[in-house]
Amino acid sequence: MRVERLSLLEKLLAARGVSGDEGEIRNLLKPLCEERGAKAYTDALGNLFAHKEKPGAKRVMLDAHMDEVGFLITGADANGTLKYQTIGGIDPRVVLSKRVEIGNDKVPGVIGIKPIHLSTKEEMTNATKHRDLRIDVGAKDKADAEKLCPPGSYATFVSTPLVFGDGRVVSRALDDRVGCLTMLAALEEDLPVDLTCVFTVQEEVGLRGATTAAKRVQPDFAIALEGTTSNDFGGEPGDKTIVELCKGVAISFMDNASIAHPGLRKAVTACARADSIPHQIKRGVAGGNDAGAIQRAYGGVPTVTLSVPCRYIHSANSVAALSDIDAQIDLTIAFLRDVEKYDINEGGIR
Amino acid sequence: MSAMLDTLKTVLAVPGVSGSEQQIAQTIAGIVRPYVDEVRTDAMGNLIAIKNGAPGSSRVMVSAHMDQIGYVITDIDENGFLYVHNVGGHGPRSFVGKVVTFASGLQGVVSIKPPRDGGEPTMGDVFIDIGASAKAEAEAKVQIGDTACVAYQMVVNGDRVSAPTMDDRSACAVLIELLKALHESGKPHKTVVGVFSSQEEVGTRGAQTAAAAENPDEGIAVDVTATGDTPDVKPKMAVKLGAGPTVKIMDRHSISTPYLRDALIDAAKKAGVPYQREVLTFGGTDAGAIQRTRGGIPACTVSLPCRYVHSPVETVSLRDMEQAVALLKEYMTV
Repeated sequence: MRVERLSLLEKLLAARGVSGDEGEIRNLLKPLCEERGAKAYTDALGNLFAHKEKPGAKRVMLDAHMDEVGFLITGADANGTLKYQTIGGIDPRVVLSKRVEIGNDKVPGVIGIKPIHLSTKEEMTNATKHRDLRIDVGAKDKADAEKLCPPGSYATFVSTPLVFGDGRVVSRALDDRVGCLTMLAALEEDLPVDLTCVFTVQEEVGLRGATTAAKRVQPDFAIALEGTTSNDFGGEPGDKTIVELCKGVAISFMDNASIAHPGLRKAVTACARADSIPHQIKRGVAGGNDAGAIQRAYGGVPTVTLSVPCRYIHSANSVAALSDIDAQIDLTIAFLRDVEKYDINEGGIR
Repeated sequence: MSAMLDTLKTVLAVPGVSGSEQQIAQTIAGIVRPYVDEVRTDAMGNLIAIKNGAPGSSRVMVSAHMDQIGYVITDIDENGFLYVHNVGGHGPRSFVGKVVTFASGLQGVVSIKPPRDGGEPTMGDVFIDIGASAKAEAEAKVQIGDTACVAYQMVVNGDRVSAPTMDDRSACAVLIELLKALHESGKPHKTVVGVFSSQEEVGTRGAQTAAAAENPDEGIAVDVTATGDTPDVKPKMAVKLGAGPTVKIMDRHSISTPYLRDALIDAAKKAGVPYQREVLTFGGTDAGAIQRTRGGIPACTVSLPCRYVHSPVETVSLRDMEQAVALLKEYMTV
């Protein structure tokens, strides 16, 4: 990955944006879109649209969600520790002994757990539920804690992006800042399409931003750019690994929210082959993303999802390969550049 | 052989798992083209066949889903076995021991790993054998993402016919015969927006976009429904096979718009066909999607009683199907 691209990725990863509280990441992205010659605007839900107009050309929507999973503070106990709710799916096993930052002032805290000395065997083998966990912000009592972190404050894991190993990056929020990076890269190009990149909100709580965004854009087709679950580290057989790191961008045929448009899927796959862009087929049906909402907007939109494989997704430390992120960028740009070569409605009745 | 049985056989024989409806869309388009004014597919894979009505008459969307439950291939192992995920609601045991057909015509057989100690089987234990002995050999015939459905095989026992995919090809046959009957009668009728919908089995996705695009005045889903007339069946249900089509009062996804429900009951009476009042405590049809489109569209379901739904031996009555056509034809006539 090029140095400038990597430093941009690190900036995107450092910014916060828990679903419903996407202000910080949106404020970072908006000028970046404008610098790339796009008209940038937001809607009532907080989606950020970056439009590069090209009258008469195919209307294309790229989608990546800028929100991430996190926590919402719901109150404090008498002893000054904070109760929380998760925003989006977070496994209680991944939060134990993790540092978090709360609210706009980034108040530091830690999700503590009873030490081994005091734990029973049963406690050690069963994950503690979120409702029994607390965030310790060092407050002396309930009033002190709620003054520091009023109920309704958002929190994220503390996690500094780090490049390590064989061209890999570890960070929170790779899902879906990788997609945001790909859209910024696409905006740098002069592509023969009327392009709207939508940085959506509230994907992690039910594809809510994309539902309204697609109705506004009404594209001829859409591509959802995602980070997806890679399970390639546990000695699982092929169909359970879903995708593998360093094997390229993953093309989905189906997840729980949508079935890819057959013609569009065929076209992007043919493009990846023609341009020798590393790609893999996502093996398995799991999760769901904005494609499900976009596809069913108004009279329907052909959609497909291109994903970067991510290990340990929805945690403080997920891992992706920089080469896979480059492949997502390369395929997105190549396909939009050559879109007229492909008939995505092949087999349809007109 | 009756025209209905003929049509039914034609539409049952073509694979069309949710999301892979291109072939069945082509087949149905070929049949209905002479009867309608406009035929096309849309971005979600719906086949929309419009039969224009008398000037000033209302536009009624009649939806019968052409997709069917099945499998999607998720992986191919070193020995050429295909691993699967279910498309639509069915469990790991539903089609074990059956022959399946791919869109290419390729056939295979479904099997399942031996039980593990104390563990219930999951979809991850189900695999398809296509006679390949190595991965490369299988990959030459099948790709990850391809879909397969239970192979077509029909038993005709007088009025009762059994086959996979009566859900919802029996309703597709009803919609085809309705368009044909309106064409042949030459009498003035309402505009029929015939939608052979896609992706119903994964959440009534096709009907949602078809209704939004077509913006009909009313929507009628034609679908199969469960019956209460087989041994020890649960839950208790009043619907019987062979006792006429039903007019749905409610199911899990929609409460039929009362005036439309009553109008369909009146149409049944006027047409002189028996009908059954249906309350289904589970499931849902395209009516649920149509009803909540845009600012809300009046919607109801006319169902064909069907035993053993989502099994390879879904069983319907030809007479119920013919009576459903008569009911709908009466409703459409102005």
